Formats: sequence, structure tokens, C-alpha cells
Amino acid sequence: MTTRRAFLLGLAASGLLAVATPSGAWAAPADFVPHAWIRVSADGTVALTCHRSEMGQGVRSSLPALLAYELGADPARIEVVQADGDPAYGDQDTDGSRSVRTQQDLMRRLGAVGRIVLERVGARRLGVPVAAVTSRDHAVWHEPSGRGVPFGDLATEAAAEPLPDRVTLRADPPASGWDLPLVDAHAQVTGAARYVADIVLEGQCTAVIVRPPVLGSSVVSFDDTEARAVPGVVDVIELPAPSGPPGFQPLGGVAVVAEDTWTAKRAAERLRVTWSQSPHDGASWTQDLAAMREAVARPGTARRTRGDAEGALGSAAKRLDATYVVPHLAHAALEPPCAVARRTEDGCEVWASTQTPQAARSMVAEVLGLDEAKVTVHVPFLGAAFGRKSKPDFAVEAALLADRVRRPVRVQWLREDAMRQGYVHACSVQRLEAGLDGDGRLVAWRHRIASPTIASTFGDAHELRDSELGQGIGDQPLEVPALSVETHPVQERLRIGWMRSVYNINHAFAIQSFLDELAHARDTTLPDLLKEVYGPPRRYTPEEAGAEIWNYGASLDEHPIDVGRYHRVIDRVRALSRWDEPAPEGRARGFAVHRSFLTYVAVVVELSRGTRGGPRLERAWVVADPGRIVNRDRVRAQLEGAVVFGATVALHGRLTLEDGRVREGNFHDYRLLRMNEAPRSIDVELITEGEPHGGVGEPGVPPVAPAIANAWFALTGERVRELPLT
Amino acid sequence: MKLVVNGVEHTLDVDGETPLLWVIRDRLRLTGTKYGCGEALCGACTVHLDGHAVRSCVTPVARAEGRRVTTIEGLSPDGTHPLQLAWERHGVPQCGYCQAGQLMNAAALLDEVGAPTEEQVDRAMAGNLCRCGTYLRIRAAILDAGKGR
Repeated sequence: MTTRRAFLLGLAASGLLAVATPSGAWAAPADFVPHAWIRVSADGTVALTCHRSEMGQGVRSSLPALLAYELGADPARIEVVQADGDPAYGDQDTDGSRSVRTQQDLMRRLGAVGRIVLERVGARRLGVPVAAVTSRDHAVWHEPSGRGVPFGDLATEAAAEPLPDRVTLRADPPASGWDLPLVDAHAQVTGAARYVADIVLEGQCTAVIVRPPVLGSSVVSFDDTEARAVPGVVDVIELPAPSGPPGFQPLGGVAVVAEDTWTAKRAAERLRVTWSQSPHDGASWTQDLAAMREAVARPGTARRTRGDAEGALGSAAKRLDATYVVPHLAHAALEPPCAVARRTEDGCEVWASTQTPQAARSMVAEVLGLDEAKVTVHVPFLGAAFGRKSKPDFAVEAALLADRVRRPVRVQWLREDAMRQGYVHACSVQRLEAGLDGDGRLVAWRHRIASPTIASTFGDAHELRDSELGQGIGDQPLEVPALSVETHPVQERLRIGWMRSVYNINHAFAIQSFLDELAHARDTTLPDLLKEVYGPPRRYTPEEAGAEIWNYGASLDEHPIDVGRYHRVIDRVRALSRWDEPAPEGRARGFAVHRSFLTYVAVVVELSRGTRGGPRLERAWVVADPGRIVNRDRVRAQLEGAVVFGATVALHGRLTLEDGRVREGNFHDYRLLRMNEAPRSIDVELITEGEPHGGVGEPGVPPVAPAIANAWFALTGERVRELPLT
Repeated sequence: MKLVVNGVEHTLDVDGETPLLWVIRDRLRLTGTKYGCGEALCGACTVHLDGHAVRSCVTPVARAEGRRVTTIEGLSPDGTHPLQLAWERHGVPQCGYCQAGQLMNAAALLDEVGAPTEEQVDRAMAGNLCRCGTYLRIRAAILDAGKGR
């Protein structure tokens, strides 16, 4: 008999998987709990654990559905338990559009462990050989006789059984996924769903923090006389300034802790803080943009070279040259960052809207000098995240304050805090040059990029890393004999972080816009040109690229860059949108394609002129090839949402800097797309032909902004080279 | 001050200038109503005042005195308001954070106009932001729920 722990250690190919126990009364003695993901109770309840953060992508439906499939549980009748942050669950970082991709095999194996034991016990109970039974719908069945035993009746006996040494998986689930119940929809529409700000503990108070307005400055002194005079203020506490690069550290500042949110907010407005000088004090977006434009006029650091691009551009029959700008962008999730912490006798309990509960736990343990085992991090629903909540700085703030005031504290970021002091999406200035020969063939391509790196948040780095260029540049299958990709160092002014789709947004905008310019110059259309410049269906390899291909950390054997799949999404969206027929009177269409997070997405957008003369989205068509999928309707929902998110990038998104401070503060000056601006229809077609799982949450976004910009050109003749468009 | 929320009368000692949102959330512990912007720019805090949709983050609680306040918890006794059912049928919510405000705003619209046109929906809902981008499903769900009226 293998011990459970040893068995699970053997099960996880990646190594560490102990038997974690979710918080609370996870198991009664009569429950069958083979490991931390499954609990079958004697009363028939089947509880399955979701160890990834739910932020709207539907992970609480998809991962448990895979467990349920192998276990033989009915996904409509399971209870989903949200895991706390604990390394025992393996990797819990909910980012990179990879929860299903990297966890699906583990979920199936864990589900199969439960099934094998229940079938063994069930067969015994039914008096038939184990090979003659099968589990489905929360029971073990002997199909020939039509007899079955509910899981609940087997739980106690199963609990005493040894676990299997090896598991056999069921046939693969359908490549096109399932239609799964939305496990939390009812709670969400009745107001019962609990987000962090909805956690209420006995004696809890609320903190609003005034943080340094300029990166790199810190508190010199403060006057809290007026703030403390506001009735209901509990304390005013200075938070330590971060040391070294920002990383996941809180920014420091001065916290007002009060009995309620409104009091904390009003008192915080009455604080007078003197801030130290910062090297970024005088910084402005206008100057930084001019510097980046000036940089891309010059040669940069060679990052990828094929042939002699300079020479080929010089001798080209025709030359195109255009520079594209994407500003800094904000995540702007409707739920601002929020965390609740309670200091206990010897530990700390935290509730955080975090995508990285284990990092939150480690950091809280570190700042409070506690053993990690004494820190618990609970993960309620996230009111969306988009990468902002991968950084647990706000959880650390709550823990520090709870430690100081010795009462539970909720740290509530205000909208203005979230807008001005987050981890922004990197701005980007990109110059693209192309040379065509006498027959119009692409013979030279030069791409110069000035854009701050996310690595600047973690150390002394100012130039894009290979993994950042790998997001839409290094992995683009361009068939061109002479190519040069060059980067320039950029002085970052803000904490740069991941935002949904990350650098793909910038790179897809520039490349797909530029290729559209090329198509017009060639008197062809973008889908035809794309198939020409990407070349015939084949695997685009590092040998052909002449460089390593990052590929989101996935193997190129399992997830090759398959030019045929580019062709397929291009062809299908062309058919779906009736691209080759003229658009209705007063409207025009734009096209774009992009592969990111191992998924291929082509988009067509149809625009008209709105009442104020600006762009009005009429329709959008999306064809995505994500390989196998699990949760069909949520995949569609993610792609629909990506059109709206991408439209905000195209039409509204822009953070600007003045005197080193972010100027925008709320939704009046950082606009998000509204319902009356959303397209009338978004038609989504999925290609799911059995290739391995790609990403879903992010890959829909990058092609949207260039498709809109290209449609605007088709409608008006005005080329959009700087976002946002309006 | 006396405040009637979802048919229940509360007696509160509170500054009349306090936004209704924070009274509902911090004092009455009805947490379905959300904070999103504090400036009536996003609609996440939408509740009904005598049946009309208002942004509770900029509504001084004094203005709600003597009037009927309805929050998402009071929209229906058991989550079966036609809009709530339509929301589930259409798989509207993603993260769900804005949806209480969307529902309250939509409920006031249906009460006002019965079966709204698409243009009426767009106009009425333009003040309710959804960063996940569920607008098309919200629109479809409202039109669907309005059909029965």
C-alpha cells in the first residue's frame, strides 16, 4: 500500500504535491477525501477544490469539471471549494491564460484517483467485478443490471481504502468542450457573491492610504491633526517606504484607519504629507514620448537579424516607414484592489483579491516575521483582475496595518489610487520599415521598439527582454529575406506590470496596422497579404527564425507555430464576416490576426461614423483556434469580452504623466467602453480540432485594436498611428 | 435617522452627508451593492430610491430618509426577478462585480418602459461600466426579460 502522500508526490510530474487541506471543516471522519481536491461525504455531497483564482474567466467551472469528469460526478451537482494559498496545491498563479492548459492533466489524474477507489468499493458492494462497473452521475453503476450505489453510500468505506498506485484516464473529453453550468451565476445576480470588500469581521476597521504621488518618493513628514479630528478615526499610521526595486512591495505612505470607509476617505483627504524628491518629479508623457520617438529614429540594440536589412531597405523599389504609439494603460478592473487582514495570537489571516495567493502569503509572513505556516490567505471572488492582482502589495498593506492596530483591517484602494498608483501596462513606440521589390514582394523589414520592460519593476533593467519581444514579434512567421529587430532602453516612470495580453497589445497594433498599410500600398487586402508574408502552411521553427522562440514557455513540439492555423483563422473569419462583399453603405471593415498564448485569433470589425463623427463599432467577427477547450460558453464569453477590452484600448485608454504624476484619476478621464459604444453583434466561431489546449483569456484582445484602426482607415482614409483613436 | 431598506426600517445615528452606499455597506452590511468609483461614473453602486435608479455613492443618506431604498438583496425575495433569470439564462456575469448595479439599473428601466427597444437599453445602461465586457449579453438579457412585459 502506498501512502497517500507518497502517491501524490509520485503523481505530480512537476514534483511537490502534498495532501493539502482546505480551510474550515473540510473533512469529517466518514468523508472520502483522497486528496485536497475531492471530498465525498456520506450525505452524498461531492465537493471539488478550485485552486486557481476566479476573476471572471470561469475557472471555478472548468477545473472542477475536469475533476468531475474523471470522478464520474455530475458537474451540475458539485460544490466548488476555493483553495487558500498553499504550495501544497502546486502552482496557483492565475495568469498567462494557462490554468486549463497547465492544470488539466493534473485535474484529470486527481479525479481518476477518486473514481478508481469508488469503483473498487462500489463493485464490492454490488457483488460484481470492478471491470464491470462504471461511475457516473455521482454513483457507481453496474450497467448490465441497471443497479447503482450513490457515491455518498460508498464514502465511509472508500475512506478506509488504499489509493491506487497508477491511474488510467478516461477517453479524452470532447475537443470542443462542454456546456457547463456557471457555478456562481446565481450568487452573482443576487448580491450574495462575496468579494473581499464584503468580508466583515468582528471589530473590523477600514484603511485608506495616501501613497507617494511620484514613483521613488517617500514620506518626509506629515501633519495628521485635521485627519485625527474627524470622528471615527482610529489611528494614522506611516507605512514603510519600499527598499530597492518596487517588486511586489507596497509603495508606503500614510494610512488613515477608521471605523468605516467614508470616515477613512474623508480623513485621508485632510492629511498633509510632505514627500521627498524623486528622479521622476519633472517627468511628463509629452517629453517621454518625444524621447522614444527620437530613439526609434536611430539604430538600436540588435535583437534579431536576418540578412542585411539596412542594405535591402536602401535598394528596395518601394519603401514604407511608419511609427506607432501605444500609451501606458490601466487595468481598471471595477473592483479596486482590496484586502482584509486579521492578526491572530501567533499568525495572520488574510482575505485578498489576489491572483497569486502563495506570493501574498510569503510576503505577509516576511513583513510580519512569521512562519508561513501561520499565515492563511483566503481568495474570495476577484472583481476582475487583468494582471493587476498578480501583485499582492495591497495584502501586505492590510497585514501591516492589522499588526499595528491589533484589529482586523480592510485596506480599500480608492478608484483614484488604483488609477494612479498601480502597475501599468507598458507604453510603446515602434517604428516599422518595409522594403518591396519591383514586383511588390516584401524583401526587407526593420522593427525598432522603445518600450519599458516589466523587468524594471524588479531590478535595474530598461530594455525589453526576449520573452517580451516573444509576445508577437519573435514568434511572428514573417517570410522576408532581410530582417532586423532592434530595441532601445527606456526610462520607466511608473511600476510596469502585466496587463491582459501584455506586450502583444502593442506589437499586434503596430504590426497589423503596418501590414494593412502595406496591403493598401500593394493594392491588395490584409488577409491576402498576411497569407503571402507569413508564407505557406508549415511549422515556423527557430531555425527559420534564426533565433530562439519564447513560445510562452511551452515546447514547440507540443505547441508549434503552425502557419496553417494562421491561414485557417484568416480564411474562416473572412468567410464568417463576408469580407469579400462590400460593407453596407456608410460602413467599412478592418482585419487583423494575431497568435498569442498559443492561440490563433483573427478579427474583423465593421465601423461607421458615430453622431459626433468618431468611430462607431457596428459589428465584430472573431474566429479563434485555441486547440482543445473545456468550457465552451466561457471561451465564447472571454472572446466577446476581449472585443470590448480591445475596443477600450483602441478608442479610449491612455494614462499620461505630468510632473511625474499620473494625470488620470477616474472614469471621466480614463474612459472605458460603454454599452452604447459596444458593437451590435459579436459573432464568435471556435476552431477546436484536437490540438493541445492554448490560452483563452488573453489572446482575443491583441487583434482588436488594429482591426478597429484598419477599419477606420478604410472608412475615412485616416491612418491611426497613435492610440487611443478618440 | 430612519431608513427603510428592502422593506426593513433601520434607525441610524449617521451624518446625513454620508453617501448612501457606505451606509448600506458599512452600517447595514448589505454588501451586494458595490463601490467602483465614488463619483457616479461606473454604476456599480446603483440602488433604487422609490423605484428609480440612483448612484448611491453620490446620494447623501439624508436624501433617502422617508423613501423606499431597494438594493440587489431586495430586488426579489428568491433571486427570481425576470432579469435575474435572464442573466443566468444568458450567462451574463464574468467577474460579477458590476452586475448588481447593472441589474438594478435595468430593473428600473423595465419598470419605467415595459419592453424597451435596443436603443432605449443602450441609452439607459450607458452609465453602467463592465470591464469584463459583458455588454452584449446584458443587452440581450434585458431585451429578453422585457419581452414578457
